[in-house]
Amino acid sequence: MNQAIDDPVDVTGQEGERLHISGLFVGFVSGLPQLLFPLLAAVFGARKADNPALIPIMIAAVLAISLFFRWLGWRRFRYHVGADDIRVEKGILNRTARSIPYDRIQDVSIEQKLLARLMGLSEVKFETGGGDGDDATLRFVTLEEANRLRALIRARKADEVVAQDVPQIAEPEDAETIFAMDDKRVLILGLYSFSLIIFAVLGGLAQQFDFLLPFEFWDFKRWAGLAEESGVNVNSINHVGMAAQLILAFGAFSSLIFIGFVTGVARTFLREYGFRLTQTAKGFRRRRGLFTLTDVVMPTHRVQAAVVQTGPIRKRRGWHSLKFVSLAQDSKQESNYVAAPLATLDELWRISKAAGIAAPDGDERLRKGAALHWIIHLCLLMPPSLIAMTALVIFADASLAPTLLLALLLVIAAFLFWCDWRSYRFGLDDQQLYLRRGWWQQRLTLAPQLKVQSVEIAQGPLARRYGLASLKFGIAGGTLEIVALPLSTAQAIRAAVMEKVAAVNYSAINQSR
Amino acid sequence: MNDNNLPELTPLDPAFITTSRIATALGLLPFVIGAGVLEFAQLLPPGSFLVPVFLVYAFVAYTVPARKYRHWGYDMGTDRLRVVRGYMFYSDTIVPFGRIQHIDVDQGPIDRRYGLAKLTVHTAGNHNSTVALPGLAHADALAMREAIRAAIRQELL
Repeated sequence: MNQAIDDPVDVTGQEGERLHISGLFVGFVSGLPQLLFPLLAAVFGARKADNPALIPIMIAAVLAISLFFRWLGWRRFRYHVGADDIRVEKGILNRTARSIPYDRIQDVSIEQKLLARLMGLSEVKFETGGGDGDDATLRFVTLEEANRLRALIRARKADEVVAQDVPQIAEPEDAETIFAMDDKRVLILGLYSFSLIIFAVLGGLAQQFDFLLPFEFWDFKRWAGLAEESGVNVNSINHVGMAAQLILAFGAFSSLIFIGFVTGVARTFLREYGFRLTQTAKGFRRRRGLFTLTDVVMPTHRVQAAVVQTGPIRKRRGWHSLKFVSLAQDSKQESNYVAAPLATLDELWRISKAAGIAAPDGDERLRKGAALHWIIHLCLLMPPSLIAMTALVIFADASLAPTLLLALLLVIAAFLFWCDWRSYRFGLDDQQLYLRRGWWQQRLTLAPQLKVQSVEIAQGPLARRYGLASLKFGIAGGTLEIVALPLSTAQAIRAAVMEKVAAVNYSAINQSR
Repeated sequence: MNDNNLPELTPLDPAFITTSRIATALGLLPFVIGAGVLEFAQLLPPGSFLVPVFLVYAFVAYTVPARKYRHWGYDMGTDRLRVVRGYMFYSDTIVPFGRIQHIDVDQGPIDRRYGLAKLTVHTAGNHNSTVALPGLAHADALAMREAIRAAIRQELL
């Protein structure tokens, strides 16, 4: 073989261990399905050559090439168990050396699929809380080696836990109900969950299965004919006069509304019936559901931020909902944990306090964003709409008056931007970050500064010209972006937050409390 | 532009200009070839494809990397890494060492030829879950990794 491959360039300058060679075979066999397409291509290519003997040769060549690259990959893969971290080096042309500190390893999982098991091999995965979910996998090592690695990492982690458990305050063991919804509350929530989704579902079904229906579903003449057959004279409806038509329209409209409310209530009862949130030693435990009862536990330390939402109507009655943004390592699908679907602010702050997130002490602390930000965005909308208007007048021969209606869209946009600016608030205190946004659906995000993962100051070309910036906070399981800040304010906020964040290690926050 | 109370930024290794020139030149080569093919087809007067495409190509592959280089910078603090990049779309990211989950040092074939490497840190956040810093001298990248790792270890004690 050539020199570069025989003499691997060691990226870290440390010797490592190789994976088990038999893993090559396991990987090769389990990777065979992926080779189907190249194999077919090879077979078809060979068939054109009019030489049947070529086909097996081509198949063998494809298999050999695949095996060769797997072998190269195996040769260039090293892992090293160091004093503080696990290192994995891999890559044939692109060399990657990954270092995973032991403190960051959340769990080590050992997996044995059938073939690997027959060969006495297993796959070891190191899971950290990395946001992209792309951690390190050793594919494959012997089972003893896998167990050795796991024991080793558990032992190292055990050291730390002892070191960290000292300041931990013992919490009461008994489960305390901190929020529950009775039937009346669920009913109110149902009324707010007005939904016309049933029509979408029915319409969708009708479209999907219209071949089953004995008639054309969307054919209104047919419907009119059907009505006439059963004695209703359609023409007579047209003649019953304005008042009667209005009554009919009103009836249709109110039945629509009625159906919407009924759907909302039914769906809500199915999901939220018997909602009960308790606080146990392990964390929050939520039970709900009418037919399918769900029971979800979320450890308190996993809470990364809280989101308080309210709608335009429920806000008047003081109803809000509370969600927790979490790391969500167990279930990737539910990264938002609904802690209270419909609660008063008092109830809600009590729950969030249990998760270590305090209520903002009054609105004074929250500040408005620079209006310039919204004006810039509006100005960005201007040229395309003006161009569209001119194009309509010149090319489509549209008269000027209806074209000017397009300008109305700009006015509406301006109004929406104004609403957004008016409702937008941001702020921070010693512990937390606050961001309120949305004039229709209001959304208040509260994030403890200690749980911020990274801070970015970003500026687009226009914002840069006017000295504006946005602050993007990396939060596990969610995002928090404060826009419309003068650059100096953004820098000051970042400096203040970083001062607190950098002083505390993330592993420490995630394990204790 | 620069924040007064933050330390000066360290520039990347100057070889980064060369490596990113090579990488862009190779990556955009298909467009030049395509323009050459169209030129051969003689649809329009000679030079109407190849000349503009080649000018743009030369600009993107030669001038842009040097500009990009000027706007990259990093600062390795005692407890945080700051990465600054971009002019039109400026971005200035700070990752505290205490929030770094794992660290990668990557070397592509071009990088290896010039002794460069890319340092990537991974955080648990959804935004900026990876922060990459290319164009470091390989030895520097390794030293930074060691420093970050040591800092993670030390903070726990």
